[in-house]
Amino acid sequence: MPQGVLAFTEQVDGEFKKISFEAVSTAKQIAEKIGGPAMAAVMGSGVGAIADQTAAYGAQRILVADNDALQDGLVDAFVQAAAQLVEKADPAAVVIGASAMGKDIAARLSARLSAPLAMDCVDVRVDGDQIVATRPMYGGKVLADVSLAGTPAIVAIRPRSMDTVADPGAGEVETVDIELTATALSLVDKQMETGKIELTEADVVVTGGRGMGSDDFSVVEALAAALDGAVGASRSAVDEGWRPVSDQVGQTGKVVTPNLYVACGVSGAIQHLAGMASSRVVVAINKDPEAPIFSKCDFGIVADLFDAVPAMTAEVEKLKG
Amino acid sequence: MEIAVLIKQVPSTDSVVEIAADGTTIKTDVIKWVVNPYDEMAVEEALQIRDAVGGSVTVFTLGPDKAVDALRTALAMGADTAVRIDTEGKALDGLAVAKVLAGELKKGSFDLIVAGHRAVDDDNYQVGPAVAEFMGIPHISMVIKQELDGDKIRCTRTVEGGTLVLEAALPAMITTQRGLNEPRYTSLPGIMKAKKKPIDTRPLSETGTDVGEAMVKTIALKLPPERKGGRIIEGESAAEKAAALVRALKEEAKVI
Repeated sequence: MPQGVLAFTEQVDGEFKKISFEAVSTAKQIAEKIGGPAMAAVMGSGVGAIADQTAAYGAQRILVADNDALQDGLVDAFVQAAAQLVEKADPAAVVIGASAMGKDIAARLSARLSAPLAMDCVDVRVDGDQIVATRPMYGGKVLADVSLAGTPAIVAIRPRSMDTVADPGAGEVETVDIELTATALSLVDKQMETGKIELTEADVVVTGGRGMGSDDFSVVEALAAALDGAVGASRSAVDEGWRPVSDQVGQTGKVVTPNLYVACGVSGAIQHLAGMASSRVVVAINKDPEAPIFSKCDFGIVADLFDAVPAMTAEVEKLKG
Repeated sequence: MEIAVLIKQVPSTDSVVEIAADGTTIKTDVIKWVVNPYDEMAVEEALQIRDAVGGSVTVFTLGPDKAVDALRTALAMGADTAVRIDTEGKALDGLAVAKVLAGELKKGSFDLIVAGHRAVDDDNYQVGPAVAEFMGIPHISMVIKQELDGDKIRCTRTVEGGTLVLEAALPAMITTQRGLNEPRYTSLPGIMKAKKKPIDTRPLSETGTDVGEAMVKTIALKLPPERKGGRIIEGESAAEKAAALVRALKEEAKVI
């Protein structure tokens, strides 16, 4: 009978991404309620060395699929590996980070295992013997509680939504031999922006809207840099061609969950408000006191952003000394 | 090139979403229904490929009678034929939808399947890759650029902090991301022509796919905690307001 919870991890450049530990902590929390071990799955090439780090978050069994064929992060190879680790661990539930890669793996795994999947969850609880997950829908306008019937229940968690909880123990590392058939995908090129903080993973997001007036986002970039944050853009700023699509926050862009969200010259269209709704503290800076954003913020400044934002940057720099 | 496009009818993104009396669905009487924006990009991309290399574009949707409007929009954009799987009032989860669509797609012979990377109603990110898995074909998600190369498709996709260029052997599934294209508007002649194009309606119970009971069920909808109107920071100048704001963020909100 399936038991315990298996958390899938993800690495970048030989290090675990933070979402990995969020997944392990979530698995541990579910396992305490439904019984069985909290387990971590580590997949990749040359990943054996870091696998035991998951023990610090409560992983009691650590299953490692270390295979050269996983070098390029190809989803079809990872799904095969993931299915074999699930078979080995036989968990009642699976937790995986809803990253770009994690979403792909979760979706294919659900089909391969005929298993229920709740995607991009912000909360998970156990109700009787059933797992209930909370997930935003309609770009965050609504939160849905969904029940998962079937095994394993796959819960893909949104980055930054679950706490990492230190829970050190002696995790037992097991190497699992996996068999991979030929992949139908190949990696041709990889372009990563070095030093860029990903919007969905950022502690602070500073967004520029139509009020920016042009593609000169230097005041927004400077504040983001001072706060170690990421730069976002409203849909209208993206439509104007001022910023790339990958910077767009909103219902047809990215949903962000920072501690601090600073909206500069953003009026606050309903699609944009949905994308930033789960930010902890929202600041709005706009010269129009009637802008809808002021009814959805915690702190507001009515002023020209080109005066207020550089002044904020200066104040932040002063604090840092 | 035989191309299939998977589309879904969804509430427009400017819709205000309210929870219905049953507590598990939304009020639909005030909603404006549109084609999921990412699926419109899928239709557009399929049309561009067809027009470049020849072939045909078949649009699939799964939904109630009113979902015909979504198919008509795709046909008016220029798709050749359309298929609606009539859900007959049955509630399906994402996996069941994928299973049914994969079953219907297998009845044809498609080289390429294009879908939105997610629908903006249930934000599930599941159907495209799950269809590909059921069909045993590769998929590339969140594509912002594609190029056919013989029996392969080469795509640029977005990931956290960058992009990847991946190649998949055909037949393959790709899902669209903003940036791929700007979907065309439907023209009046296009709309007129679309009215004459056939729509093949297939009742779910006659598809031969057994979907069983939904494994994922919505048991409650709730609205996210409402953010009340914020405190407007007063001051003589922008600089004074900025200083007071940063102080509040540090001392009260403790976020910097």
